[in-house]
Amino acid sequence: MEGTAVQRRLTWLIAEVVDANQETPRVRSLGLEVPGWEGHEPGQHIDIRLTAPDGYQAQRSYSIATPSDGERITITVELVDDGEVSPYLVEEVRRGDRFEVRGPIGGYFVWEPGEGSPLQLVGGGSGIVPLMAMIRARVAVGTDEPVRMLVSARSIDDLIYRSELEATAINDDGIELVTTLTRSQPPDWSGPSRRVDREMLDENGFPPAARPICFVCGPTGFVETVATALVELGHEPERVKTERFGPTGG
Amino acid sequence: MSDTHLDGNSVGGLLLEVFGREMTAAQGRCGACGAVNVFAALVVYRDAPGDVLRCPSCGSVVMVMVSLPGCVRVSFGSLSWMEIREG
Repeated sequence: MEGTAVQRRLTWLIAEVVDANQETPRVRSLGLEVPGWEGHEPGQHIDIRLTAPDGYQAQRSYSIATPSDGERITITVELVDDGEVSPYLVEEVRRGDRFEVRGPIGGYFVWEPGEGSPLQLVGGGSGIVPLMAMIRARVAVGTDEPVRMLVSARSIDDLIYRSELEATAINDDGIELVTTLTRSQPPDWSGPSRRVDREMLDENGFPPAARPICFVCGPTGFVETVATALVELGHEPERVKTERFGPTGG
Repeated sequence: MSDTHLDGNSVGGLLLEVFGREMTAAQGRCGACGAVNVFAALVVYRDAPGDVLRCPSCGSVVMVMVSLPGCVRVSFGSLSWMEIREG
């Protein structure tokens, strides 16, 4: 039935690097111009495919860090030692370079401003990236869902989007930010300094009675600990949405 | 070999390629234990060229996708049904 069965085929598009911003010593954001991009929802990701001169291909997934903005998307990439793709994206790629992308991908780990429920975000390391797209969308659209974000980073220098997050939390009464630093803390640090646990979620998150929608993203162990704790605290399992990434994703 | 697992979000692109539509929010039932989960919640072991999708409740292999030159071979394990929403 050629011409009638209009299925949304996922095709590879050419992305051009138009902007690069070092977020932390090991993390870089890349602004990409993708002709043919049809928009996306906060929380979605893309696949990136690199092809070597000999034809060898490597493919990885990266969350989109920004709300939909025409044919422009931004990804944030953490360097994985011995990775096949991230060293190129974090250390080598320059403005004007091109590679293949496809997306947007995902319909489960997504959130749109105006959803209405309180928004509970819990991110570990670069798991903060898709959550940042949600925060940025919420700020850009100006809806009034209360947001509580709990972020775990190894040190203050490893906290991605630090200045933007701190400014957002100060400027927007509806957005609360709590950061825990698990390995090293500045001398004047007054926040938590351990891994996210049930007590921390209980103290800093919305109570289950507020019926927040929860998004949890980070390394597999982090996500499973947090998701289990949220359900133990009384949050409905269907309202705890999870996305895991691992060191195999480099 | 990967010593850690991911979840169904990580194979969202491949699932979209195979089924021609967004699948991470689609529900599926494990015929081994009866649990119903969205594909995003499946336990996924990514060992190129194969992706093994397991039931998060009982660990049974629900589905395997092997990317071969020019095609993807999909084997169904304990998946007894999947529900794809219209639209």
